[in-house]
Amino acid sequence: MTSPFPILSILGILVVTLTLAAGLIWLERRLLALWQDRYGPNRVGPFGLLQVLADMIKIFFKEDWIPPFADKAVFIGAPAVIVVTVLMSFAVLPIAPGIIVTDLNVGLLFVLAMSSLGVYSVVLAGWSSDNKYALLGGLRAAAQMLSYEVFMGLSLMGVVLLAGSFNLSAIVQAQQRLWFVVPQFLGFVLFLIAGIAETRRLPFDLPEAESELIAGFHSEYSGMKFGMFFVGEYLGVVLISSLITVLFFGGWLGPVLPPIVWFLVKVMFFICFFILLRAALPRPRFDQLMSWGWKVMLPLALANLLVTGAVALAWSK
Amino acid sequence: MFSIIRTLWYVLLHMFQKRVTVQYPDEKPYLAPRYRGRIVLSRDPDGGERCVACYLCAVVCPVDCIALQATEDTTGRRYPEFFRINFSRCIFCGFCEDACPTYAIQLTPDFEMGEYHRPSLVYEKEDLLINGPGKYPGYNFWRVCGVQIGGKDKGQAENEGRPVDIHSLLP
Repeated sequence: MTSPFPILSILGILVVTLTLAAGLIWLERRLLALWQDRYGPNRVGPFGLLQVLADMIKIFFKEDWIPPFADKAVFIGAPAVIVVTVLMSFAVLPIAPGIIVTDLNVGLLFVLAMSSLGVYSVVLAGWSSDNKYALLGGLRAAAQMLSYEVFMGLSLMGVVLLAGSFNLSAIVQAQQRLWFVVPQFLGFVLFLIAGIAETRRLPFDLPEAESELIAGFHSEYSGMKFGMFFVGEYLGVVLISSLITVLFFGGWLGPVLPPIVWFLVKVMFFICFFILLRAALPRPRFDQLMSWGWKVMLPLALANLLVTGAVALAWSK
Repeated sequence: MFSIIRTLWYVLLHMFQKRVTVQYPDEKPYLAPRYRGRIVLSRDPDGGERCVACYLCAVVCPVDCIALQATEDTTGRRYPEFFRINFSRCIFCGFCEDACPTYAIQLTPDFEMGEYHRPSLVYEKEDLLINGPGKYPGYNFWRVCGVQIGGKDKGQAENEGRPVDIHSLLP
C-alpha cells in the first residue's frame, strides 16, 4: 500500500509536519492565552498567524553561540539528533490510505526504537554543555524517558495483540469495527501518560524545569540550535498525537469526510489536549515521577497485557 | 486522579470567559477624572496665566523635577518667567497640584507621553500651558485675592471688605 510517488509522499509529509510543528508555536501560545483569559499573539497578520514567521526570522538571526567550555562536536550534533529521530518516525506513520512513506511491517517497533534514540539528543546536549544545570536536566531526561519507555512499549502490546500485527496500517485496518480505545482503554491511558513523558511536555517537563534547572538540558543553547530542540519537541507532540490517533482512535477511519481530514482532526484534538495539560497541571517532584512510573504504571501495563492476552487467547479458542 | 480531570475541565471552561486583556491602542482604558497623568498649567477664565510663581510646587516636589523663575509684569501680576517640568524625573505623585494655591498646576488623565530622547521629556511653559481653566472652571485667583494689581485696587476683589483705615480710631 506504499504510495505510487514516494518522493511526493516524503516531501509532502516533511513539509506538512515541519509546518505543523512551526504552527504549533502560534497554536500553543494562542490556546494557553485562551485558557488564561488572555488573547495571545493576535497582532501579526490574520489572527496573529504570521507570528510564526516573525518568530522564525527572529530565531534565525539570533547569535548562535557555542560556549568555550562545551564539547563542540557533540554540542552541535545533539539538537539534530532529536529532529532526525522524530522525523524518521513519521516515515512509517500511515496518514491516509496511500499516504505513507514506507509501510514497514514492524512499524510500531521502529517508532519505539526511534523514540529511544531520541533520548541520546537530550542526554548528550546536557552532557556536552558542561554546565551543572544542563547535566542535571540531561540525567533527569535519561532516567525519565528510559523508565517511561518501558511501559510505553508494554502498553501498546495490547493493541498489537488485538490487531495481530506490528504494521501501523494493519492496526488501523483492524479498527474498522471498533476503535481500540474501547477494549484497550487502560492501554490508551498508559500510552498517553508515557507519551507526555516521552515528549518531555508539562506536567513531565522535569528535564527542563525552568523553575529549578534554568532550562535544563538546553540551558547553554541559543539561536537555531535551541530552535531545533523546540522544533523537536513540537514534532514529538505531533508524533505522539498521531500515534494515539493511529493506535487507539482508528487513524484515518471515519464517515463522510475524506480520510486525511479525519486523521488531521483527530491529531489536532490530541495536540490541543497536550496544550491543555500544559495549561492546567503543575509539575510533579522527580522522585514522585519515578516511583509513579515504576510502581504504578509498569505493573498496570503488565496487568493490562496479561488480561488482554488471556482474553485474546480465550477468544481465539 | 479525579482532581486532575476536574482541573483540566475548569481550565477548559476558561475558554468561554471574558478576556482580561485591554487591547490598548485600539481600546483605550477608562481613566478617572482624578487620574494623575501629564501635568498642565491652566489659565483663568479670562485667559491669563493662573500661576503666580510662588515656588510651592517646586518646593514640595519630592524628586525636584519642577524649575521656575518668578517675575512681575507691569501691572504687578506675578507670573513665572520660565516654568520647566522634567517628566523623565516626575513620579506623578500629585503633590504639586495639592500645594498649588491658585489651581494653576493640574494633573490630567493623559499618560501617552513616551519619547525616544530624554531631552524631549523636559516640558517648557509653552508645552505645559493649556487654553482653559482645567478642573476649576470659574476660579480666578486675581479676582478673589486681596493683592493690588493694575486695574484692581485694594478692597475691590470679590467679597472683599474695604481696606481698614489704620489711622482712624473707629472700629
